[in-house]
Amino acid sequence: MTTEQYPKVYLYKRIVQAKLFIDTNFADKIDIDHISDEAFFSKFHFIRLFKQIYGKTPHQYLTSVRIDNAILLFQKDKPVSDVCFSVGFESLSSFSGLFKKNVGVSPSTFLAQEQYRRQQIIQNPLNYISGCFAHKFGWTKYSNFEEVK
Amino acid sequence: MIRKLTFATVYVLNQASAYDFYVNKLGFKVHTDAPIGKDNRWLTVTPPDQPEIELSLLLVTEGEMFTREAVKTVTELIQKGTFGHGGFECKDIYATYEELKSKGVEFAKPPKEEFYGVAAVFKDDSGNWFSLTQKK
Repeated sequence: MTTEQYPKVYLYKRIVQAKLFIDTNFADKIDIDHISDEAFFSKFHFIRLFKQIYGKTPHQYLTSVRIDNAILLFQKDKPVSDVCFSVGFESLSSFSGLFKKNVGVSPSTFLAQEQYRRQQIIQNPLNYISGCFAHKFGWTKYSNFEEVK
Repeated sequence: MIRKLTFATVYVLNQASAYDFYVNKLGFKVHTDAPIGKDNRWLTVTPPDQPEIELSLLLVTEGEMFTREAVKTVTELIQKGTFGHGGFECKDIYATYEELKSKGVEFAKPPKEEFYGVAAVFKDDSGNWFSLTQKK
């Protein structure tokens, strides 16, 4: 079986395009009806196929993409309110609730944990690097983490 | 007694490009990104559903690990696609294949039915290859 002959190839291409649309436009107000129209599916058919392929409904997937991007922004030390709106949530309360449900801690707690971890990495990088590789590269405690010449 | 694997190493030729490939194209999560010296970092990523196993994206660079000659040799071998580093599993290989292809990922072998499932082979931005399987 060649690449272009696998089962339901055109159907896959349309669902994947819809998924990539969510990946690209998660920060905007996304209407699932609009995406299913773009993919030339009825809303019901689209949701069923999407869930079959990705294990989540398009709406659940959109939420997970927004949360994942919020995590990336927290890792870059962005404040909670900025992150909330820049990943597409319309209220802090819905963002906080969904974030805690998915990640296990509130956005502010997560941000504080990331800030602490980042600070620790700067202060004690060897605690976060495999010892054998640190040794092999000459990243030792007293080397000031300059590479061996 | 060995109990578990904590990390495995993939040698890459450019860490910024590797970050883009593994995080933005494959959808892996950043575990640790610690700058080391001027041009190097300890960069580890994890598959989305497997946060306990890190892939260390280690730069091929001259030092105690590699001599200048070794850097040249290893770089050439990676670029030639000599090294296969492992296999990934996905829920739906055709959807994953279409998505990665649309993001510019190079496939050495498109999805093909095998006795154990459907399998493909793709390359990272340096030239390292991995198998991708949807099990039966």
